[in-house]
Amino acid sequence: MRLQARIELTAMDVLMVRLFEAIDEANMPWIVAADSALREAFGDLLIDLVPSYTTLMLHYDCLRLSHDEALARIEAVLLHLEPADGGLGRRHEIPVWYDPSVGPELVRVAEHAGLSVEEVVQCHCGRDYHVFALGFAPGYGFMGMVEEALATPRLKTPRRRVPAGSVGIADRQTAIYPLLSPGGWNILGRTAVPLFEHARRGDPLLLPGDRVRFMPISRSEFERQGGDATPLEAAP
Amino acid sequence: MSDATHTLLRVEKAGPLALVVDGGRFGVRHLGVTQGGAADWISFRWANWMLGNALDAAALEVVLGGGLTLEVEQDATLALTGADLDARLDDRPLAPGAAFAVVAGQRLSFHQPRDGLRAYLAIPGGLATPVVLGSRSATPREQLGGQRGDGSPLVSGDSLEWSPRQVRARRLPFDPTQGITLRGNRLALVPGAQIGLFSGASLYRAFNATWRIDTRADRMGVRLLGPELNCRQGSMVSEGIPMGAVQVPPDGQPIVLLNDRQTIGGYPRLGALTPLAAARLAQCLPGKEVRLMATSREWALACYRRCLEAFR
Repeated sequence: MRLQARIELTAMDVLMVRLFEAIDEANMPWIVAADSALREAFGDLLIDLVPSYTTLMLHYDCLRLSHDEALARIEAVLLHLEPADGGLGRRHEIPVWYDPSVGPELVRVAEHAGLSVEEVVQCHCGRDYHVFALGFAPGYGFMGMVEEALATPRLKTPRRRVPAGSVGIADRQTAIYPLLSPGGWNILGRTAVPLFEHARRGDPLLLPGDRVRFMPISRSEFERQGGDATPLEAAP
Repeated sequence: MSDATHTLLRVEKAGPLALVVDGGRFGVRHLGVTQGGAADWISFRWANWMLGNALDAAALEVVLGGGLTLEVEQDATLALTGADLDARLDDRPLAPGAAFAVVAGQRLSFHQPRDGLRAYLAIPGGLATPVVLGSRSATPREQLGGQRGDGSPLVSGDSLEWSPRQVRARRLPFDPTQGITLRGNRLALVPGAQIGLFSGASLYRAFNATWRIDTRADRMGVRLLGPELNCRQGSMVSEGIPMGAVQVPPDGQPIVLLNDRQTIGGYPRLGALTPLAAARLAQCLPGKEVRLMATSREWALACYRRCLEAFR
């Protein structure tokens, strides 16, 4: 496969490396490979590199590196790029307590899908998800693809407060809220895994290219792991 | 925090918003962590420059004023730049753009915006607050940095710490009332690749209309009100968002994304403001009228270098 990559001007000192047009799990080996190759090619002339579903946004030090030199380095990276091999990133098993008290949209998703709540849980836990991108909040990983049957649109009115550890879905994506924040995703359950604490140390648990498998646990197990079982109200 | 720090200022009354800021948080955008830092980075740097600090040393960004009152606990020299928020030292008016001596027991207060929106108060050596992910900047939404390291703004009772030192303050090399970020209503924008997705009539309007600053304006983004801009594509796959990006959601009213912006997003963009234009926008009060002006990447970079050379 040859990449049809484009390099676009995005700001005075920012270039967008566009590798793909649409979201696809098959993009990730290329995005992960481009991420590490670009980091190496720019070294300390790189200010920030933001990989996402189809692109990598590259912010370089424009006082020390010319636009033309930045373009040349990106082109050289793309010329020799090979997809990262099957291993990609790490694989995480994330324990989740699925219950209507902390996952009020279990019922909404079940009704939307024409399934029972148990079947929704089984289905959500039934496959590995790819981490496509980090964004929205520190350590927040956008993951997919959720089984077509479960795909449920975002809430009409976002909640003002979604507790840390909440696991939600929106259309065919799923994610964990690392810290208390507003949000419009359908919340199915809660995990005790401290995503924000990892991100705050600069060592996020989830990285683009990683894979995640959710594992259902009981309330007592969730609490034993340090989870906060305070109920979340149904969406307005 | 080391033992050598002492309380310089105590917050007697918190105004609407005062944040510890520095040059911002970099090298962490891929973790979903925003930039933060001084929104008017030029005025912020001049405040540090006057005291001989590192230009990115942590200082206070005071928004609107609104009665923020700081009690002085130790004698020192401070510097104030940026907006004129009707600041006073006890009853004496303090014009921005100058360093001034304070003695223990005095009160420094900020009242209402008379020119601009954000004032910067620098202290010798910078504020000694915790460094989180490489920066002291407070980003409340992310609970990172600031006075307590948890992103929170100043609250009554907070003590601002410093390592006491004497400085010989310098005078600004220009008339402070003519500060580059407080004058002019033109915002230079470097067009980006997605500009081709907008209709020709929309591009004409984008660069010829007058845009009014909406009340929906904060450190994340500033909404501009004016003619509707139409884009062929309503939303796109989310991708990284640079400082100053001018995105256009389906309602056709642009939003300029600033220091505390989300790290990725999926609305089409006209391009991104230059660093100087972003600082200028950060000083605009709701209701102010601005114009967008297309510029080249080369010209933007030349202006940026000139801004930086002024600090030498």
